[in-house]
Amino acid sequence: MAQLKPNVFFAPWNDPAEKPLIQFKNVTKRFGESIAINNLTLDIYAQEFFALLGPSGCGKTTLMRMLGGFETPTEGQIFLDGVDIGPFPPNERPVNMMFQSYALFPHLTVWENIAFGLKRSDMPKDQIGDRVGKMLKLTQLEKFAKRKPHQISGGQRQRVALARSLAKAPKLLLLDEPLGALDKKLRNETQFELMDIQESTGTTFVIVTHDQEEAMTVASRVAVMVDGQLVQVATPDQIYEAPTTTYVADFIGDVNLIEGKSSLTDGGMDVHWDDNQPAIHVTTDTPLAARTSCHFAIRPEKVSISSEKPNAVNVMKGKIIDIAYLGNISTYYVEISAGVIFKAQATNNRRLSRRTYTWEDEIYLSWTDTAGVVLTE
Amino acid sequence: MNSRVTGSFIILGTFVFLTGIFYLETFIPLEQWSDSVSEYWLFNMLGDGWNDITIWWFKFIVLFAINLPLLAINLFIFKSLPHDLKPIVSRHLMIFTPYAWLTVFFLVPFGIVLKISFSDIALAIPPYVPTLKDGFWTMVSGLDLENYAFIGAGAVFAGIVMLLAAIVMYRFVYPWVRSAIVSDDNVGALASTVVAGSALAVSVVCTASLAGLLGLVFPLLRAFVEVPDFLYVAAYLSSFKIAVISTFLTLLIGYPIAYSMARAAEHWRPLLLMLVILPFWTSFLIRVYAWIGILSTEGYLNQFLLSTGLIVEPLTILNTNVAVYIGIVYTYLPFMVLPIYAALDKMDDSLVEAAEDLGCSTFSAFWLITAPLSKPGVIAGCFLVFIPTLGEFVIPSLLGGSNSIMIGKVLWEEFFNNRDWPVASSVAVILLLILIIPIVLFQRNEQKQREING
Amino acid sequence: MRRFSWFNATSLTFGFVFLYLPMLILIIYSFNESRLVTVWAGFSTQWYGELFQNKAFLDAAWITIKVAFWSSTLATILGTMAAYIMVRAGRFRGRALFSGMIYAPLVMPEVITGLSLLLFFIALDVNRGILTIVLAHTTFAMCYVSVVVTSRLVSFDEALEEAARDLGCTPFDAFRSVTLPIIMPAVVSGWLLAFTLSLDDLVIATFTSGPASTTLPIKIFSAVRLGVTPEINALSTIMILIVTVGVIIASLISRGVSIRAKADERKAEQS
Repeated sequence: MAQLKPNVFFAPWNDPAEKPLIQFKNVTKRFGESIAINNLTLDIYAQEFFALLGPSGCGKTTLMRMLGGFETPTEGQIFLDGVDIGPFPPNERPVNMMFQSYALFPHLTVWENIAFGLKRSDMPKDQIGDRVGKMLKLTQLEKFAKRKPHQISGGQRQRVALARSLAKAPKLLLLDEPLGALDKKLRNETQFELMDIQESTGTTFVIVTHDQEEAMTVASRVAVMVDGQLVQVATPDQIYEAPTTTYVADFIGDVNLIEGKSSLTDGGMDVHWDDNQPAIHVTTDTPLAARTSCHFAIRPEKVSISSEKPNAVNVMKGKIIDIAYLGNISTYYVEISAGVIFKAQATNNRRLSRRTYTWEDEIYLSWTDTAGVVLTE
Repeated sequence: MNSRVTGSFIILGTFVFLTGIFYLETFIPLEQWSDSVSEYWLFNMLGDGWNDITIWWFKFIVLFAINLPLLAINLFIFKSLPHDLKPIVSRHLMIFTPYAWLTVFFLVPFGIVLKISFSDIALAIPPYVPTLKDGFWTMVSGLDLENYAFIGAGAVFAGIVMLLAAIVMYRFVYPWVRSAIVSDDNVGALASTVVAGSALAVSVVCTASLAGLLGLVFPLLRAFVEVPDFLYVAAYLSSFKIAVISTFLTLLIGYPIAYSMARAAEHWRPLLLMLVILPFWTSFLIRVYAWIGILSTEGYLNQFLLSTGLIVEPLTILNTNVAVYIGIVYTYLPFMVLPIYAALDKMDDSLVEAAEDLGCSTFSAFWLITAPLSKPGVIAGCFLVFIPTLGEFVIPSLLGGSNSIMIGKVLWEEFFNNRDWPVASSVAVILLLILIIPIVLFQRNEQKQREING
Repeated sequence: MRRFSWFNATSLTFGFVFLYLPMLILIIYSFNESRLVTVWAGFSTQWYGELFQNKAFLDAAWITIKVAFWSSTLATILGTMAAYIMVRAGRFRGRALFSGMIYAPLVMPEVITGLSLLLFFIALDVNRGILTIVLAHTTFAMCYVSVVVTSRLVSFDEALEEAARDLGCTPFDAFRSVTLPIIMPAVVSGWLLAFTLSLDDLVIATFTSGPASTTLPIKIFSAVRLGVTPEINALSTIMILIVTVGVIIASLISRGVSIRAKADERKAEQS
């Protein structure tokens, strides 16, 4: 799609002429024996909203702290605008960071917190007030300028932290789990606020999070990290629809994974996973060589459920063994062969009492030939 | 990286050197000049109205200003450092300052004590030989263990070795012997006693024969263990006895207070806590002194007891060990109450409720739940009382009189009354050796608590 | 709900009577008219008058305050540095020795500290006087200060310092403008503790003082050895009262601060 309308979509990573803002070149970081970052190479472009996603301990925070200047790479270099920033201490980098704990100075007011960085820059004194006022307005904190951090609520504190880190107009803003301390509802609202602010200031954001939903919502590109290495770097829809490994497929959202062997067919391939069951047909431009072991991955919402045998490419018969009712949708756990459970999601567009399927029902699952992907890793 | 570290050390050295010169140039003349204040033309010119303090301050400011460029050079060097070297240098500077202070005023003095403890008393200034003036090698060869032999250090060493042996026996040898002799895990007390007894007997025989053998081989060692003056051994034993008894008494009195404080209503607790801490801030000396008036023969306690008719003759409490116990319990009570209170305060109330719900009486709930959970606090409190009590000087000398002998007091008298510095030093060394065991145990207890608390 | 029984009430009552009765008696008898301290002969404040006439005591008090001020100030600077190193410096050569030296003076009997410092000063041929007492007191008080400050620094969020660095502070600037203001209460109470310890110390001061620098505790000790005197009672009363007033004011202030903080939090939740 990006190739069709290149002017509409923001995608500098596809443009070979574009110069990246940040370049990691073969960066390795060791803490004693353990390796936090393993030979990592990554480009981040100006004005991107870049998300580092991964389980705790995958090295995403270390990566960010290296950008901030709180850790130095053991090997390799990090470039910012073409300059190796390795030897620069945090206070000499045009990079600001929003801390997970917000790290608001408890002895200073909101106004003084936001002005803290400006007072230590070469900005003339009379302009500081204007800049702080602008930041307060941007984050809708004008009323709270004279309060101390413990006198405002959690959401307000989050905005003060954001305003403080944006005040110096950094080239790059690092956000360490910025919404982690907020409750779910506030988090959803704040995500959009964050995106608005990113867009209006034009700052490059790098966000670290373990919440995949958050990463998918806010980011222009998501990097999935495991054990100090990048597994996949792509746009949220690519990550979701076209994961390159089973790990990514499993880590982002819900997925059905079936292990099998491939065979070539006309215009695609088949995945044979059980001798007593029909093979799964997949249409793809890049089929695997025959008899390669692989995984077939499909999202539960792409699997439809019906009581009569539908007319579809892939159809499978099964028995409902469990139903998870989530309000807007229900997930059905369907046993399609001994020990193999398939998840299928259906929207609850009717009231619960008139639900069509229930436990122990024999039903059919079906999906199209383009709904799933085949993965080798 | 390594050359950078070396470079930073060179810079650090420069800083220290310049600061040292600054100090010497400022404060030493200040000391020297204060003798010749009146002869200095500037002050003569100013007339007699200047008192010493004004002159001192005047000189201080002048000298400070004259020598200020030295500090300015330091500052300039630091400012002009390359920015990747600055953090390393400032870090080293930060570590160096208190480190050097403690090394000079804590470690080195103790080394001197150690050295003097190996010297001999002499009629000289300073009153011991050999000194460094005799030349380094003469000094080293002149050191001996005579003082240690004199104060019965061998007995202390033997005691410590026996204690360690007992620990080893209990922790390693006893389980091993027991598992070798009694295969069944489920044995009665009798079998255990028999095994422990036989193991102990074997070990005593072994130790005795080993000691005898060593004594035969090294006659010097034997002389070392012989006790020429029983006073010192008596002092160790009596210090130990006083410390143990008073720690126990403090626990007996402190626990109910801490327990009741933890039970008190939430809004009362800060006040109660303050009431316990307050005596800690008041002078130790005054608190001990307060008891002299109470405990003396014609003191308030005897007056009260005589007037109520409980006793006919006044009791003699002052200048006995009883007075020492009272003094120690009184002054160290906050040290016992606070850790126990901290442990009890952390405890979840619902634990006791759960125990009672499961069928415990109030007393057994206390015994089975509260008491074990407050154990770390009790242990910490006991050590906090026991350790300083062992070396206590003020309380035995004010309340115990000549009847109570404690190591701290013996050291003091050896130094100030007998002027025997070498013996005083060796008493200090031995006192420290004795203290090492409880200090190590205390540290281990604290460490364990920290690990539990995360 | 905690159950507060008669047992709790009695043990608290007895405990606090035990703690405070001796001092109370001391205070009451300082107003006794008779020189025989154990016999009550009527109310009088004459001993206070005599105390303020006694130049030896006043001189000693002045010296003690001077020593306490300088040593606690020095100890606070060094102790804060030591605490900062212990918490923040990570690993460095000789760290174990350093932490040993920080904690050792806390458990070291005063007679040993005093003796070793005296022998040290004599070996260096330093004239004993106010300076030597200050040095000695600084050495042991800095360890107490560092314990107090360490306990505050441990709970201090390191991200605050990193945030300051991130916003353009040099390490020193970050310490001065963020860390120090926040740990200030601990530094102040460390100073107060060092001050009281120095005011209170008899043993180390006796070892390290010279003939012209007798401190108040030394004076009291030599007077007390001869028995109870009404002047000492009066002096003790003054010292107890000063400390009591100080502690009460300090606890009222900290109580006020915590009440205000709670009110602020409530307000923040509502807004």
